[in-house]
Amino acid sequence: MKETKKVYWKGLEQLRNDASFVKHAQNEFAPAPEEDPGHSRRDFLRMMGFGLSAAALAACEAPVRHAIPYVVKPEDVDPGIANYYASTYINGGDYCSIVVKTREGRPIKIEGNTFSGVTGGGTSAQVEASVLSLYDNARLRGPKKGSARITWEDLDREVIAKLREINASGGQIRIISHSVLSPSTRRVIEQFRAAYPTTQHVMYDQHSFYGMLKANEESIGAAIIPSYDFSKANVIVSIAADFLSTWLSPIEFSRQYARTRAVGEDKKTMSRHYQFESILSLTGANADYRTMIKPSQEGAVAIQLYNLIAAKAGQPTLPGGVDVPHLQKAADDLWAARGNALVVAGSNDKAIQVVVNGINSMLGSYGTTILTHLPVNYRQGDDVAMVKFIDELHSGRIAGVIFYNCNPVYDHPMGEQLQAGLKGVALSVSTSYKEDETATVTTYKAPDHHYLEAWNDAEPKRNHFSVGQPAITPIFRSRAAQESFLTWAGVESPDYFEYVKRNWREWFYKGQAGGFQAFWDKCVHDGVYELPVEPSTVTFSGDVAAAARSIGQNYTETPMELVIYENGTVGNGSQANNPLLQELPDPITKVVWDHYVTVSPKDANGLETPESKTIYASINANGKVVKLPVLVQPGQAPGTIGIPLGYGRTKAGKVADNRGVNVYPLLSLVNGSLSYNVVNVKLEFTNERYQLAQTQTHDTYMARKSVIREYTLETFSKDPQFVKTDFNPQISTWKSPTHKVKPGELSMWKGHEYRDHHWAMAIDLNTCIGCGACVVACNVENNISLVGREEVINRREMHWLRIDRYYSSDADVEDWRGLEDAAENPEVVFQPMLCQHCNNAPCETVCPVAATTHSSEGLNQMTYNRCIGTRYCANNCPYKVRRFNWFKYHDNRQFEDVNPAMNTMLGKMVLNPDVTVRSRGVMEKCTFCVQRIQLGKLEAKKERRRVKDGDIKTACQVACSTGAIVFGDINDPESQISKLLKIRPADPERPYRIDKIADNPRAYNVLEEIGVKPNIWYLTKIRNKDVSPA
Amino acid sequence: MTDQQSLPARTLPLILFFLVASFVSNGQEIPSEPAAISAGEALFNNNCRSCHRVHEKLIGPALAGVTERAPSVDWIISFVKNPPAVIASGDEYATALFDQYKPTMMTAFSTFSDEDILNILAYVQAEAAKGPATAEAPAEGQPVSSAGEGVPAAYLNLILIGMVIILVLLLIILVFLISAVKRFLDQKDLTPEQRELVHAPFTLGTILRSRGFIFIVVFVVAALGFKAVINGLYSVGIQQGYAPAQPIAFSHKIHAGQYQIDCNYCHTGVMTSKNANIPSANICMNCHNQIKQGTLTGEAEIAKIVKAYETNTPIEWVRVHNLPDLAYFNHAQHVNVGGIECQTCHGPIETMDVVRQHSLLTMGWCIDCHRQTELNTKGNAYYDRLVELHSKQSKSNMTVMDNGGLECSKCHY
Repeated sequence: MKETKKVYWKGLEQLRNDASFVKHAQNEFAPAPEEDPGHSRRDFLRMMGFGLSAAALAACEAPVRHAIPYVVKPEDVDPGIANYYASTYINGGDYCSIVVKTREGRPIKIEGNTFSGVTGGGTSAQVEASVLSLYDNARLRGPKKGSARITWEDLDREVIAKLREINASGGQIRIISHSVLSPSTRRVIEQFRAAYPTTQHVMYDQHSFYGMLKANEESIGAAIIPSYDFSKANVIVSIAADFLSTWLSPIEFSRQYARTRAVGEDKKTMSRHYQFESILSLTGANADYRTMIKPSQEGAVAIQLYNLIAAKAGQPTLPGGVDVPHLQKAADDLWAARGNALVVAGSNDKAIQVVVNGINSMLGSYGTTILTHLPVNYRQGDDVAMVKFIDELHSGRIAGVIFYNCNPVYDHPMGEQLQAGLKGVALSVSTSYKEDETATVTTYKAPDHHYLEAWNDAEPKRNHFSVGQPAITPIFRSRAAQESFLTWAGVESPDYFEYVKRNWREWFYKGQAGGFQAFWDKCVHDGVYELPVEPSTVTFSGDVAAAARSIGQNYTETPMELVIYENGTVGNGSQANNPLLQELPDPITKVVWDHYVTVSPKDANGLETPESKTIYASINANGKVVKLPVLVQPGQAPGTIGIPLGYGRTKAGKVADNRGVNVYPLLSLVNGSLSYNVVNVKLEFTNERYQLAQTQTHDTYMARKSVIREYTLETFSKDPQFVKTDFNPQISTWKSPTHKVKPGELSMWKGHEYRDHHWAMAIDLNTCIGCGACVVACNVENNISLVGREEVINRREMHWLRIDRYYSSDADVEDWRGLEDAAENPEVVFQPMLCQHCNNAPCETVCPVAATTHSSEGLNQMTYNRCIGTRYCANNCPYKVRRFNWFKYHDNRQFEDVNPAMNTMLGKMVLNPDVTVRSRGVMEKCTFCVQRIQLGKLEAKKERRRVKDGDIKTACQVACSTGAIVFGDINDPESQISKLLKIRPADPERPYRIDKIADNPRAYNVLEEIGVKPNIWYLTKIRNKDVSPA
Repeated sequence: MTDQQSLPARTLPLILFFLVASFVSNGQEIPSEPAAISAGEALFNNNCRSCHRVHEKLIGPALAGVTERAPSVDWIISFVKNPPAVIASGDEYATALFDQYKPTMMTAFSTFSDEDILNILAYVQAEAAKGPATAEAPAEGQPVSSAGEGVPAAYLNLILIGMVIILVLLLIILVFLISAVKRFLDQKDLTPEQRELVHAPFTLGTILRSRGFIFIVVFVVAALGFKAVINGLYSVGIQQGYAPAQPIAFSHKIHAGQYQIDCNYCHTGVMTSKNANIPSANICMNCHNQIKQGTLTGEAEIAKIVKAYETNTPIEWVRVHNLPDLAYFNHAQHVNVGGIECQTCHGPIETMDVVRQHSLLTMGWCIDCHRQTELNTKGNAYYDRLVELHSKQSKSNMTVMDNGGLECSKCHY
């Protein structure tokens, strides 16, 4: 088989085999940084001796600790027992139905709400991380006027006086916000407008979908964004839409997408996914066929696809269009799968969206994969209205402006003009919960609650409603923005909770059994209230010819083009001050804490960036010049550079401030909406050097078949067992030269039993999309230290769970030319890597103090208080998943800025009280969330029953929106994991022995040949590609 | 809310019915079999005892003779289940009771079945029949002796005396032996040096100056010193016997000892949570609404609780039992699942006026117990398979250790 020669690599230096890479590849850590030579070992011993005696003396008196009970204990709060509240994550137009875990009244973890028909229990990295934003030290402590504190009463009096004055003189008032998902908030704003009739509400979005709204208005008669159902799509074509990471509703889409990607012996079909894009996006990385196009070609590719389909459908073709690889194949597949096909485009240009609508109409997607009867509210922003507002502001025609939880000075391309224009207005108010770039320049700061402190509701899509329930009393003197609006509209001491409740009574209560209170309680408990919607169809009536003309006029290819995109970590920058997101490696580039410009290997022109040591480039776009470090990115279209949004904050807080450059100002209007592509860009390399913090090659092992296994769907469906037996390492024994056994069958220890439970995990490489939500969930659940940029450069990141991103190509190992070409556009595999809890764990045998041992339930235990820090275990770990605490990351002012969760009084509220905060000098690693296992067992014991499958779920498993991670007890033949892996005991006489065999043909252990018997099985990656083009 | 407001209205006819019914017969019979009495005793101790005694008045009335006093057994049942409703119904007896004990109102025990209440009454009747002298016999849950299963002290003394006698005899034999050897050597032809050696004076000075003696002394002193240092180091952070003064002179001796209030009544988390919970002030006020005069301290200490409650200031108790942050301990696992008495770790808490740390609370102490304690698997389906597997392979009892009770991740994560 040709496939057996597949080569994987993690970074370009590995592919090129750079000397410096080879030198350091086998080291887990970078060469030690230069230490201060001022102190010798002798000094150290001297100080140590003194220190010891001082410590011994000091330790004689134990500190007095207090225990402070409630005065009146709330009935539903028991110290030591977690409470869960359903709520709703809203950040601009981003939505997720969530369940908040609180301990002693403090939210400490966010999980998905499985009752939701929209997000269905999934989360994203940003949702998981948002719990730390609640405890952001940069939050406003209370209302302010200018830079001085003010009471709410004074603020209200002054604001109302000014509003009345403006109203009396007929001055214009504007409320600026992102898309508003909450129907009650929309009503509040209406009420405000009724009190001040000159008020207009202008919505804008950082990641605008205005072009799509306009296109739908034109082609289906309604300015809406429909729901998409990827789960019904057998063929998906995406033209630069990153729908698994940042496009519209990624949590929802990745769930649907994963359903079409799961394969097994009983389901040998999967969707086929084509991606045409300029930068390597997360979605592109998951595609079966990926074609690189230049940003200016997006429209032409859409036209070409239209023409290919139109030829089959017997429709007239359009002028323009460009042929790119795989396009014909995509068209053939789409046509064959019509009714179950879907084409999406990421462009914000109305014309391109009209053409795409035309394609979808020909394919019969409306009513099957595109649901226009379920319009979504995530993006309602109006680019034109926003620009008009800024122009009006600039020309002095606006008297009062209220920024409702938005930050356009930072995240709108005309932020600078807006800031200048604000000087002339009589009244400017910001309700942002932080003193951000916009709030700084407004007169009044009327901070809203964080979403975890406030009641709210949301309507993410038609007839899907959601309740936002506070999980903590407001920490500071903030006030719900809705109450502020109502107060200013003249309502006496409004209560937004009662307001929402009243609205729900009016809208949804139809005399359901049990009375309104019971109905409301159920809504609050479930977090969602969903009503059926009658399916309806639409007819496409767009003018594709005009659209094609417009595309032809607006786009001409230029030598260098720029894509400005949202990445899956910091996103649009609204949560940039969250260190959990800053230290989450970008799924593709694996960069943390840094801002960069991605450049294709071809454009890099031989630029070598060993060990992420790179240079700055200056980029001239639209006459604006920015300077950023260069990151050479395989898979990026030549002649294209990419820059992520979300950096260059100046008033976000210590974490985000002055990190990178704000590239929002580089955006401009094209064809009536914001364009995230810039043509005619100049890229110049400078001599200035820069060290990027990149985790990509950390903890690397040369990837080979025993690490990643990948087959095509055709191979798998023909003979599933081939996938299982293709790579079958065996070991010779002493019996005879020909006698060979499986590596796992040889062991120094025979016959161990796990009588109670045998915990194991299965990770499906097909449904894992590499988003990183699990990494953040793991960080929050297990109090994992964040170490900051410098320490990541020293290879000292602490993540227990990392996602290895492998590039691969079909070229022969020896075929260097072929490999080099492949490096231009590689295939990508994501592999979550965490402690494998080996039954024959190599780390355990080398620990001199038995600090890492094996439990009777298959867990590899790490005992921090016993560890003396020899790091032998990390050295001996074949998977490189052990992490060493090089410093004391808690209560250490040096790490205060990057690790606030362990260094500020406010931040510490997020810590999980069931998990120890590790100190300097000890090893740590994934525990399989042992605190959750112990809790699940205890609950079962208290109820005098066995543990039920599903009682115990690890944090990463819960966070995963695609269900790629399954955890459970393989001693229980009825558990989900046993059934998925088709587990059977190696010795049927002794079913509880540690040796278990997984009969699922896709199941394999990483590094099986070394015989460590891991308790994690991976499911082989299956790509829906033709076996060979020939 | 609406539900509760309508309750009195609904219960009124019910009570009327009971009143009428009680003239006809006593509705339900109070059982007299021992099983019912012991079930009633357990229920009484866990639920009623904090306010009621059989023979004396506490926060609530003495219960002896309650069946004769109260209108009917059915009345008692409905009152126990929901006192506010019965009082609100305007029932004459209930109103009189309420007036007598105002403002305290009995807690509603809506979860009790009729049978539970009859069992309690059976226990009360049985106790009342026994008379006051025997009624206050100490309840179960006496301190568990922490002394090891060693040899009694009297025997120890005898053994010591025996050993001393043997040593003295050995000494005498040695002296005889030396003189015999000397006599034997004197009969030989010895050189003057040899003779001098045989007759060398056996003085204190020679002993003190001898190498062997100096070595032994130095060794013993060094060993003792070393042992003292090690002991000292091992005791760093151990607070056995720690009995700090508390902001309020609360006495467990009075509450848990004299009044036999169940531990669970105040330490509400002990069966469900990791923490046993130090009671919130509102729990204190359940009784101290009524009781303002303390046995030991008069009014001053109780006034502190009332003040804390009224001014909404939490009481800052000094924590007595401190485990390091790296150790995870869960009360529910031990008390609820393991069925361990509080006194096993906390010592004779019901005799302490000031709470004192009774146990070492070191890891060695935990591990010792996990090695020796048999797993409480009775009636717990969680353990069924484990017990079966264990009994197949081993004849000894299944201890906590056999179920992984010594593994690191049971307590450290």
